[in-house]
Amino acid sequence: MTNKETIIELKDVWKTYKMGAVEVHALRGISLKVKRGEFLAIMGPSGSGKSTAMNMVGCLDVPSKGNIYLLDKDIAKMSESELAKVRGKKIGFIFQTFNLINTLTARENITLPMVFQDYPKEERRKRAEDLLKMVELDNRMGHKPSELSGGQQQRIAIARALANEPEVILADEPTGNLDSSTGERVMDFLTKLHKEKGTTIVMVTHDLKTARHADRIEFLKDGQIVPEKEAFT
Amino acid sequence: MFLDYLRLSVNNLTRRKLRSWLTMIGIFIGIAAVVALIGLGEGLRSAISSQFDMLSPDIITIQAGGLAAFGPPGSTVSTPLSNDLVKELEKISDAEYVISRSISSGYAKFNDRIAIGMAGSMPNGDKRAIVEDMVGIEAEFGRLLKDGDQYKIVVGNNFMKDDIFGKPVQVGNRIMIQDKYFEVVGIAKKLGNFMLDGVVLMNEDVQKELFNEGDDVSLIVVKARKNVNMELLKESIEKVMRKERDVKVGKEDFSVELAINTLETLNSTLFAVQLFVYIIASISLIVGGIGITNTMYTSVLEKTKDIGVMKAIGAKNRDIFVLFLLESGLLGMAGGLIGIIVGVAMAKGMAFIGSMQLGSDLIRADISFALAFGSLAFSFIIGCVAGITPAIRAAKMHPVDALRFAK
Ligand SMILES: Nc1ncnc2c1ncn2[C@@H]1O[C@H](COP(=O)(O)OP(=O)(O)OP(=O)(O)O)[C@@H](O)[C@H]1O
Ligand SMILES: [Mg+2]
Repeated sequence: MTNKETIIELKDVWKTYKMGAVEVHALRGISLKVKRGEFLAIMGPSGSGKSTAMNMVGCLDVPSKGNIYLLDKDIAKMSESELAKVRGKKIGFIFQTFNLINTLTARENITLPMVFQDYPKEERRKRAEDLLKMVELDNRMGHKPSELSGGQQQRIAIARALANEPEVILADEPTGNLDSSTGERVMDFLTKLHKEKGTTIVMVTHDLKTARHADRIEFLKDGQIVPEKEAFT
Repeated sequence: MFLDYLRLSVNNLTRRKLRSWLTMIGIFIGIAAVVALIGLGEGLRSAISSQFDMLSPDIITIQAGGLAAFGPPGSTVSTPLSNDLVKELEKISDAEYVISRSISSGYAKFNDRIAIGMAGSMPNGDKRAIVEDMVGIEAEFGRLLKDGDQYKIVVGNNFMKDDIFGKPVQVGNRIMIQDKYFEVVGIAKKLGNFMLDGVVLMNEDVQKELFNEGDDVSLIVVKARKNVNMELLKESIEKVMRKERDVKVGKEDFSVELAINTLETLNSTLFAVQLFVYIIASISLIVGGIGITNTMYTSVLEKTKDIGVMKAIGAKNRDIFVLFLLESGLLGMAGGLIGIIVGVAMAKGMAFIGSMQLGSDLIRADISFALAFGSLAFSFIIGCVAGITPAIRAAKMHPVDALRFAK
């Protein structure tokens, strides 16, 4: 594992929010490496900075201090449109609240990332159908998110995250809004993806049982990486 | 790519609440007003021009009554013009011909039906050709009148339709006018002028007797010699008229009009009316535009989370901007489309009422494809302009903040 290529590296990353006169340090000097093909889980209490860290890895946000390298490129040096392109092509997001576009059908939701990357129409269509088959929802492609169960919506979200064949899947509590058996089903898809396709996955979770699907677990507390035994004390 | 964005925007648009559609009322009223106005205005302009086609620049018309009386000739209560004036006016050297004409209203009976209408007189001698030329009258069937025609008439082209007497009038028919029978010797070609197309023409001596007109005439037409200064001629005529009718400057009980001036007066009145409606239309378009800006801001706010999601899956600021701008443009265009439909309906309706009132197709609604297409494009542009600031706000949203936004 150690000889594998590092695809994400955080070097002494700080994130500070200014709330009027008060400064909130969401992250205080995090350093972390994610290797290609790795399945990493991040755990930690609420407010420990997990989502903040994920958003930065996902190029949605930039650090206040420190550097984030995605495939050896410093994201702080990228322009808005370059960041957007990285988000579209290299990263697939899965959210706790699914975040599908309610006005679009399951199929259209999966197609959307490809639209933003100028995929040819035929290719888009074919790929969307393959992905729907993969998450076993090809019989639901014309349905709107409101007509799908939570578990089904999250599977559509997984398919959407995979649309542009990203380098890494970032999942922020993907099972957080699902009951345990539905959550298991979603986790089965992610593990299968990791095992069969070798997809790199970074997942935030509260739940130790869910975290055990991963190769490695990092613990966050008060914006810092800590050993497991300190995390929940 | 663009088509996909268009589809997404249309998708957003069709899901809008009634409330947001209501904001288009401004656009819709504005466009409707513009379409109806341009449509009718062009129709009206060409109709008016066609009314005055017969009036060439070398003609001056004199009527009784103060200031440009524009009602039917002879309908004014002031002292009628007298035929004696003709002799006096003929003394003006710049006047080549001075011709008096009578226009009388009366009734006619044919096919057991009675109709009210106008009779116009034709002068005898070489003045007849001048009048024929001036009016542009030609025979479609039969012939025009000639000197010595007693109880013979030429009828306007509208008599060929059923709607006057219930059946078309033909050459050779006998029509009773004011208790006397007349033979139709000719039917005039269509002139596109409702007064001329509905008139009955008879020789002036016959008409004078039939309507008991004595020396009264309805109007006097002066044809100028070649290369005459028309304004000077007009002044000379006014001088003679004042003297003959014994009135002071400013107290004229007659009007002397250059044909061209009359047309210009009418056109500028029409222009003023159009300008007024354009101003109203512009105000409603501005109000409509502000309404669109407002709904677009609401829409951006409502879709904050979606904007965050779209950015997370690879949408650039520019993509978001285009999406919202298109939606806004389409919103404007939808208002414009309704406006065009209503505007066309309004113009056609007004033209229809006009034709019912006047019994002719004087007022037409000319709505060209270019006008419709132009209005549609214009309303799209208004929508886009109105949507610029909301679209910028959407595009500039920070992805993380947008994603955190709770619905
Ligand atoms: N936009 C913001 N402005 C101010 N403070 C913020 C902002 N975003 C996050 N924070 C703060 O940063 C800290 C870390 O937040 P973050 O959302 O990363 O926590 P988390 O570990 O994901 O928590 P949870 O498990 O509840 O999702 C919190 O104290 C939070 O209040
Ligand atoms: Mg979180």
